[in-house]
Amino acid sequence: MAKGKMKKRSMRVDMTAMCDVSFLLLTFFVLTSTAKLPEPLPVDTPSSTVQTKLPEINLATVTVGQDKVFFGVLGKEERIATLEKMGERYNINFSDEEKQAFSYLEAIGTPMNELKKFLNLPVDVRNKVGAEQAGIPIDSVNNQLKDWVQVARIVAKEKNNKIIDVAIKGDAEESYPKIKEVIDILQEQRVFRFFLVTGLRNEDF
Amino acid sequence: MAELNTGGDGKDKKVRSKKQNAGVDLTAMVDLAFLLITFFMLTTSMSKPQSMNLAMPDKEDTEKPDEDKTKVDENRTMTILLGADNKMKWYMGMPNEPLEGPNDQTYGKSGIRPILLEKNRQAVAYSGGDQEKGLIVIIKASKNANYRNLVDILDEMAISNIKSYALVDITDLDLEILGEE
Repeated sequence: MAKGKMKKRSMRVDMTAMCDVSFLLLTFFVLTSTAKLPEPLPVDTPSSTVQTKLPEINLATVTVGQDKVFFGVLGKEERIATLEKMGERYNINFSDEEKQAFSYLEAIGTPMNELKKFLNLPVDVRNKVGAEQAGIPIDSVNNQLKDWVQVARIVAKEKNNKIIDVAIKGDAEESYPKIKEVIDILQEQRVFRFFLVTGLRNEDF
Repeated sequence: MAELNTGGDGKDKKVRSKKQNAGVDLTAMVDLAFLLITFFMLTTSMSKPQSMNLAMPDKEDTEKPDEDKTKVDENRTMTILLGADNKMKWYMGMPNEPLEGPNDQTYGKSGIRPILLEKNRQAVAYSGGDQEKGLIVIIKASKNANYRNLVDILDEMAISNIKSYALVDITDLDLEILGEE
């Protein structure tokens, strides 16, 4: 009888330790994964087979889609510093609340003169009208994208002593001249190396 | 953890049955936990966007950036014109008297890629087997091309392992070849 009893006991595996480990890992992954911020300008990036990953820090992104240009910097502190510097250039004073609001935005596409108004909108309204922003002016008379890129580079140099990487995130259907305009602006800033954000293409391309 | 040690040595049946009930079955919980782990692991690594590098020359430096101020052999130079409706044309050598082409071609595996590989092989052979002196590709996009075309052709450069390529503004002559304004 004793034999049978032993067999029965060994059938049951103690899962406590396994459960502990798995929940530890689960907690780790939940905490390390960053919540995705809502994209103000959703773009459908073209796909490529090149597997270079985009840098996760020290990156400025120029989003091009629907004939509009949006600009964003990674990192909350960098965003605030960039906004402060842009405010100085355009003689606009931003309050702390406005800076906070700006630091949560992945990208903005509002001309400087309307930026204050946009940042004072309630959060839900702002997220809703995100795609309806006019885009950053890039014409030669009022080239605000140039200033944004310049300021972002200065901030990265001063804060982290690094040269900022610039990525272009274009919509697949966006016309070439618009992309070319953005590339030209970056070239004028002496940014000669940049990343084109793409999706992953399937194997049999 | 959840099991209570009642201290009884199993004399009466009451204690025994109690002991059995106290053990919680964690199998389902572990299943769930691993499912979630898998989900978070995959989503964190997958959400990272891909990117491709693009280097542009200094604008003020020279008018013909890809030639690097040295004469470039037309036998090694291929020009790809990107036009409207995902069409492209390519030719070898100079636009006014191309050595080959201009021919129509499509994107992808059975389109421009075999040509790029073949021409690159020929160019390497032409420069005496020097792998560094392969084909030179000049990419010119018309205003009717879209961004996907650009990324696709840059991708082809990466796949075909072409080391020197440049993005150049389109000329009137090229537009004529392409049949666009």
